[in-house]
Amino acid sequence: MGLLSDPSRRKVLTGLLTRLNTPICIVCYLAGIVWFMGLAFEPFTLRTYMSENAMGSTMVEERFSSGERALSLAKEFDAHKRKAGGMPVEWLVKAMQSRGLEVFTQSFSRKLPFPDENKERYMVRGTNVYGILRAPRAPRTEALVITAPCSPGNTNNQAVALLLALAQYFRNQIYWAKDIIFLVNEHDLIGTQAWLEGYHHTNITGMEYSPLQGRAGSIQAALSLELSSDVITSLDLVLEGLNGQLPNLDLANLFYAFCQKLGVLCTIQGKLQRNDWDTAEGYTHAAQTMMLMVLKQACGRSWGDHGLFLRYHIEAASVRGINSFRHYKTDATTIGRLLEGMVRKLNNLLERLHQSYFFYLLPSLSRFVSIGYYMPAFGLLAVILLLRVSFPGLCHCFSVSLQPSSPGVLTVLTPVVISHLTGVALYLLPVHLQEMAVEHFPVSETEAVVLTAIAIYTAGLALPHNTQRLLSGEGTEQGWKVLKLTALLYLAVLLGCTALINFSLGFILAVTLVPITASITPHMPKALYALVMVLLSPAFTILYCVFIYQELIEAPVSVSEGWMLFLSVISQGILDHALYGSLVYPLLALFIYPCWLMFWNILFWN
Amino acid sequence: MAAPLTLLLIVAVTIRAVLFRSSWAELISERVEVVSPLNAWKRVVEGLALLDLGVSPYSGDVFHETPFMIYLFHFVVDYAEIVFMVTDGITAVALYLSIQTYNKNVFRKQKYALESDRYPADCLELLRSPKEMFYIPLKVAMFYLLNPFTILSCVAKSTCGLNNAIIALFILCTLKGSALLSGILLALATYQSIYPLTLFAPALLFFLQRLYIPVNLRRSSFWFFTLQYAFIYVGSLVVITGLSFFLLGSWDFIPSVYGFIFSVPDLTPNIGLFWYFFAEMFEHFRLFFICVFQINVFFYTIPLSIKLKEHPVFLIFMQIAIISIFKSYPTVGDVALYMAFLPAWSHLYRFLRNIFLVSCVLLACSALFPVLWHLWIYAGSANSNFYYAITLLFNFGQVKSLNLISHFT
Repeated sequence: MGLLSDPSRRKVLTGLLTRLNTPICIVCYLAGIVWFMGLAFEPFTLRTYMSENAMGSTMVEERFSSGERALSLAKEFDAHKRKAGGMPVEWLVKAMQSRGLEVFTQSFSRKLPFPDENKERYMVRGTNVYGILRAPRAPRTEALVITAPCSPGNTNNQAVALLLALAQYFRNQIYWAKDIIFLVNEHDLIGTQAWLEGYHHTNITGMEYSPLQGRAGSIQAALSLELSSDVITSLDLVLEGLNGQLPNLDLANLFYAFCQKLGVLCTIQGKLQRNDWDTAEGYTHAAQTMMLMVLKQACGRSWGDHGLFLRYHIEAASVRGINSFRHYKTDATTIGRLLEGMVRKLNNLLERLHQSYFFYLLPSLSRFVSIGYYMPAFGLLAVILLLRVSFPGLCHCFSVSLQPSSPGVLTVLTPVVISHLTGVALYLLPVHLQEMAVEHFPVSETEAVVLTAIAIYTAGLALPHNTQRLLSGEGTEQGWKVLKLTALLYLAVLLGCTALINFSLGFILAVTLVPITASITPHMPKALYALVMVLLSPAFTILYCVFIYQELIEAPVSVSEGWMLFLSVISQGILDHALYGSLVYPLLALFIYPCWLMFWNILFWN
Repeated sequence: MAAPLTLLLIVAVTIRAVLFRSSWAELISERVEVVSPLNAWKRVVEGLALLDLGVSPYSGDVFHETPFMIYLFHFVVDYAEIVFMVTDGITAVALYLSIQTYNKNVFRKQKYALESDRYPADCLELLRSPKEMFYIPLKVAMFYLLNPFTILSCVAKSTCGLNNAIIALFILCTLKGSALLSGILLALATYQSIYPLTLFAPALLFFLQRLYIPVNLRRSSFWFFTLQYAFIYVGSLVVITGLSFFLLGSWDFIPSVYGFIFSVPDLTPNIGLFWYFFAEMFEHFRLFFICVFQINVFFYTIPLSIKLKEHPVFLIFMQIAIISIFKSYPTVGDVALYMAFLPAWSHLYRFLRNIFLVSCVLLACSALFPVLWHLWIYAGSANSNFYYAITLLFNFGQVKSLNLISHFT
C-alpha cells in the first residue's frame, strides 16, 4: 500500500478524487453501458468451439429413419391423451415396454400457494412415466436423459412420439455406454421437479411424490424436446435455467455443430444468425438477441424443462421445434438424426462437461462472450459505488463516527432495521394474507397476492415520515452521511454477490440503482428526485423489462396489456420461488427493496 | 454497570435461542466457515456415541476433542444449547471484568505519569478520562456477544466457544494478578488446542510488570519468578494430561488431538491457509511445509515479546489474533474473540488511516464466502481457486488490520 501510506501522494490522490468525483462517476457509468452494448459487436466476440476432447473427434453417421412412424405415433398419442383427459399412463407404459425399456411411473402432487392463472392450476396431481434403456455392455454408473413434456391440447404430441421412436431405434444399437432414460413428464416443470427430487432423494420444495422404483446412475446430461408440428422450419435452443444458471457452452456447441452438419436452421431466442455484422441492422439484431438472453437470465425462471436439471449439476438444454413461414422444411427423420447424433456424442463423454464456459452470453449461436469480457461492464458500475464511498467527506465521517462520543452508529440502525422489516413483510405477507384479502375484497387469490405485494411496496414509500418521529438524533448532517455510507457499501456487496451468481440480474439492477443511489442527498429538490427514485425503483425496473422484452420478441403491447403482464410476472415470480426455489423474489424483497428504502430514507432525511 | 450488562446478556441469549429454534440452526452447523473438523458438534456426538458403545472415541479418526471435553458433554449433552449460551455469557463477563481491570490499571498509570509530568504537551489530547473509559468494558462485551461470528459459532454448537471461554478466563485471572489460576487456565487452554502456548510469554511479562520485577536476564528475581510460573504451568499441564489418561485409560488422545492439529491430515476447506496448500502438495515436501507453517504460528512470539514488553495486554491481543489467523483449522469463532478487544483502544482510531478499507474488505469477504462456496460445490461453475482467493483476501485483510492496529504502540 505504498500509494496510500505516502502522505504527499495520498493527498494528491484524494485531491483528485474529490475534485473529479462526479465526472469520473459519470464517465464510468457511460463506459459501463457502452461496454455492455459493445459486447454484441461481432469483432469483440469469439467464435464458439468444442472444448471437450471426448466430443470433438468423431462425427458418426446417423441412421435414424423412423420419422414417419413417429408422426403416426403422434396421432395415436393425441387420441389416447384426449380419451384419458390428461396423461395416458397405461398406453405410454405399454408403448415403452413394447420397445424393450424398463418402465416405471411416479405419481406426485403439489398444492400451489395460490392459483396459477397463466396455466390455470392450483391443486396439481400427475404422473411421470419413464423408461430406462440399459447399456448392453457397460456397468450402469452413468445415464443420459431425454425428456418430452406431456402438455394438454395439441402441443408436444410429436415430441413424445419422436421420443418413443428414438427409444425403439436406440434399443437396437450396441454402442451405448451409458443408460438412457426416456422421461415423459406431466405438468411440465412441476413434474420434472418431482422426478428430479425423487431421483436424487432430496426434498427442497415440499413436493409430495412417490419414490422412484427404478434408477440408472449419475445423470451426465439431459435434453428436453418440444415439438408440436409434423414439419418444422427451424430448431430453437433454450439454455436459460433456474436462477439464471446456464449449461456448459459445449452443449450449445454440440447442438450448433449438428445443425450445421444436417443442414437444419437453428436459432437462439427465436432469432436467426445474420452475416452482416458491419451494418447497423446486423449489429442491432445481435444486440437484440443478447438483450433477450440477458432479460431471460435475469428473471431467474427456467425457460424450458431442462432448467431444473442444472441445479443438480446436470448439463441440460431444451430443443424446441418452430414451424414458421419458410420455404425449406425439415422433417421428423432429420430431427431424429440430430438427436441421435447429439446423444451418441454425449455417450462418448468420460466425465461431466466442464471444459467449456459456464458463464457466457450468446449474441448468436456461433459467437459467445465469456465472463472475462462482460464482467468489466458490471465492474465499471460497481466502481461508481466504491468511488462514492471513498469520497473524502464520507470517509472522514466514518472515522468520526467510530469515536465513542458521537451517536453515529445508532441513528443508522433504526432506518436499517425498519427497512429490513418492511422487506420481510413484503416477502411473507402477500402469500399469508391472501385468504383475508379475498374475504374483504372482490378479487381472486392470485390478484390478492400480487396486489398485496404492490400495496406493501407502496406503503414502504410512506415510511420516512414515520421513522423520523422515532429517531431521536435525526436531522443531522452526520446522520444521513453515515446512513449513505452504510447503504452504499451494502448495495455494492449485494450487487457484487448477485452478479457473481446471476450476472444479468446484477447488471440490470446496477444500471437502474447505481445512478440514483450514488448521487442522492437530502438537499436535492425533493419532489423531482422522489419521482426519479420511484421511476428507477426495482418494481419499475421489472415493468420496463416487461415492455422491453415484449418489444424484443416483436410482440409489442399496449400500456394496459403491459400492466397485466407485469402483474402476472410478479405472481409467476412468487410461484417460482415457492415451487422450484427460484431466488429472485426473496432477493428483491429481502435485500434489494430494503436497500432502496434506505436511500429513500436519506432523501427525506429532514 | 450491572444493569446494562444484564440487559446485553438477555438480548444475546434471546437472539441465540431464537436461532436455535429456527430451521437455520442445521444450515449453520454445516457451514465450513463456522465449524472445522476440530470443533464440530457432529463429531462430538459421534465421539459420545462411540464412548457409549465402549469403544475408544478416537478410533475411526472422526473425533478430535480432548477427553475433558467428551466427559463434560457426556453429562450435559441434553442441555448442549444452554451450555453453549452460558459459555458465551461467561466469556463476555470475563472480558468485561478484564477490560475493567485493565482500564483501572491504565488510568492509574496515566495519573502517576501526569503527576510526574512525563507527558509532552501535545499528547494531552490522547489522555483518557474516566467518563470516556466508563463504557468500554460494556462495549467489549457487546462486541463479543452481538458479533455475528460469535452468534453463528454458538448456534452451530462449535466447541470453539468453550475454548474462547477458557482463554477469556485466563485473561481475567492474569489481569487480576493470580499467577496460580492463570497458569492453570493457560494449561487448560493449551491442553484444548496447543496454540495458546504462545500466551505464556505475555502472561509472564504481565506478572513481571505487575510485581515490578525488571525483565533482565541477568537478574535472579526474573529467573525465580519465571521458573515459578513455568512450574505452575507445566505442572498443571502434566496433571491435566495425566488425568486425561486415567479418564479414558489410554494415550490415544495424544495422536488424535495434538497429532491431528500438527500434521493437518484433514483438508476440508475452511477460512485458514493450510487446506489449499496441502491439497496440491507432493508427499515428498509435506513434512517440510508442515514444519514451516506451524513454526509460522509460534515464531512471532519472540519479536513481538521483545518489542511489546511494556504492553503485555496488547501483546496478549496480538498473540490471540496471530493464533486465529495462522492456526491449522481456524473458524470465525476464533476471529470473534480478538475482534472483541478492539473497543479497548478506540481512542486511538483516529490514527488508523486505512482501517476503513480493511474493514470493508473483511465485510465483503464474509459476504462472498457463502456465494463462492455455492458456486463451487452446488452450481459447479467455480472451483476451489475461487474459494481460496476469498480465504486469502480475508486473511490478508486480517493481517493488514493487525498491522494497522500494531501502530498503536
